[in-house]
Amino acid sequence: MKMDSLNRLARRVPTWVVYIAGVLPFGWIVWLTLTNGLGADPVKAIELRLGELGLQFLVGGLVITPLRWFGLNLIKFRRAVGLIAFFYIAMHLSAWVVLDMGLRWAEMANDLVKRWYIIIGMAGFAAMIPLAVTSNNASVKRLGGKVWNKLHKLTYFAALAGAVHYVVLVKAWPVEPLLYLGAVVLLLAARAWKARARLLPAFA
Amino acid sequence: MPKQPTWSDVTPKPLWLNRRQMIAAAGAAAFASPALAKIDAAKSPLSISDEPNTLEEITTYNNFYEFGTGKEDPAANAGALTTDPWSIEIGGMVDKPGTYDLADVLKGQPLEERIYRFRCVEAWSMVVPWIGFQLSGLLNRVGVQPSAKYVAFETLVRPEEMPGQNSPILEWPYREGLRLDEAMHPLTIMATGLYGEDMPKQNGAPIRLVVPWKYGFKSIKSVVKISLTDRMPQTTWNMLQPSEYGFYSNVNPTVDHPRWPQASERRVGAGLFAGRQDTLMFNGYEDQVASLYAGQDLSKDF
Repeated sequence: MKMDSLNRLARRVPTWVVYIAGVLPFGWIVWLTLTNGLGADPVKAIELRLGELGLQFLVGGLVITPLRWFGLNLIKFRRAVGLIAFFYIAMHLSAWVVLDMGLRWAEMANDLVKRWYIIIGMAGFAAMIPLAVTSNNASVKRLGGKVWNKLHKLTYFAALAGAVHYVVLVKAWPVEPLLYLGAVVLLLAARAWKARARLLPAFA
Repeated sequence: MPKQPTWSDVTPKPLWLNRRQMIAAAGAAAFASPALAKIDAAKSPLSISDEPNTLEEITTYNNFYEFGTGKEDPAANAGALTTDPWSIEIGGMVDKPGTYDLADVLKGQPLEERIYRFRCVEAWSMVVPWIGFQLSGLLNRVGVQPSAKYVAFETLVRPEEMPGQNSPILEWPYREGLRLDEAMHPLTIMATGLYGEDMPKQNGAPIRLVVPWKYGFKSIKSVVKISLTDRMPQTTWNMLQPSEYGFYSNVNPTVDHPRWPQASERRVGAGLFAGRQDTLMFNGYEDQVASLYAGQDLSKDF
């Protein structure tokens, strides 16, 4: 069957390939920055691209489990996808702190208590820190699979926070942020539906 | 080979403008390409001495939702806009209402270069060498009736040439408004060009408002309607989100916007690590305009 050959192929691909592929867009942003390819306001472009890439990898991480329901097993790449997402969100935050806000700490502190999109975005990033820190086999062993799995459900919050952050920060209602939010909500709803089906087999 | 002289080189501008209208009327609009226009406008003492942004920055980083919500969308999509012929409907409480051809609107209005700070509510800023004339000149010509207290403006609605208007992202037409004293202020201009050329389409061709002490969205583009009224007019962003965008929308670092910090701004083109600069009260025009708001609580009238 076709799914089997896909799974066989996935088994053969080492995870470092995913890490390399995941960092390529970062290299592209650096290249565009150095060659004036980011338009009149490179700071905003860098910030936006990094944030979008972070969201894309967060959504990518959420897609892996539903794919498994349909027989495609990419679970061995999930850690890489999650860590790459964390990398982009951390770079996005750094771009905001250094390039956008120019290290104006007082203004940033003010934003952190006043502006919802900053608070939500920062909460999403904070939720990703324990995930990134425990993304290694030693942590899985130390915490035990059950606790580790529970902890890593924070991904749901991080992805939702990231998507809401994007929707709230733009003026009016442009389509792209809504697409990310829609994707995240759909992927989380699918999980909820599945869990409900498991709990209430009569309705499944 | 020496540069071919153009009609603008040998013809006084008023005549040339008229001729341009005639050519357009004859259906040969191609001859009236903006590339021929090199507007010589007088310098103004109201200009600031900051170095202006480059033409490329000014023409590739625009908020003009009629052409899309991305900053580069207007430059990509505005090419199809027909700006000639163009007329403005001037009505409401005026002595001489009517639909004025653009050449007629410009008639007798001395063009000046005004190098102004431009501060977007999104906390970025530029310096733009506008070419324009004082709105007061036009209002005086059409005769403002004593009952008028506000001026309302509308942008062209033409979805077939303005693709952003096919989506209901804002309620079209784009609307803006000023109090009459703001409209009559010498800093308030109708701009028809920048950098000595006709207004680029993505910047609001052929004619737009520029009010340098207010956030950029007040400076409505591609104006087709001006009405004098005794009621505070509806304005697009205020209609969408009244808690965020007030009618006045004066640049004010002490009145915090719920979305963007307004205490500081990034100057577009300043460089990757240039950081921010402090935002000035009334965008640096405090001496000239603060008196307009004497007695008003600007945290309420934001």
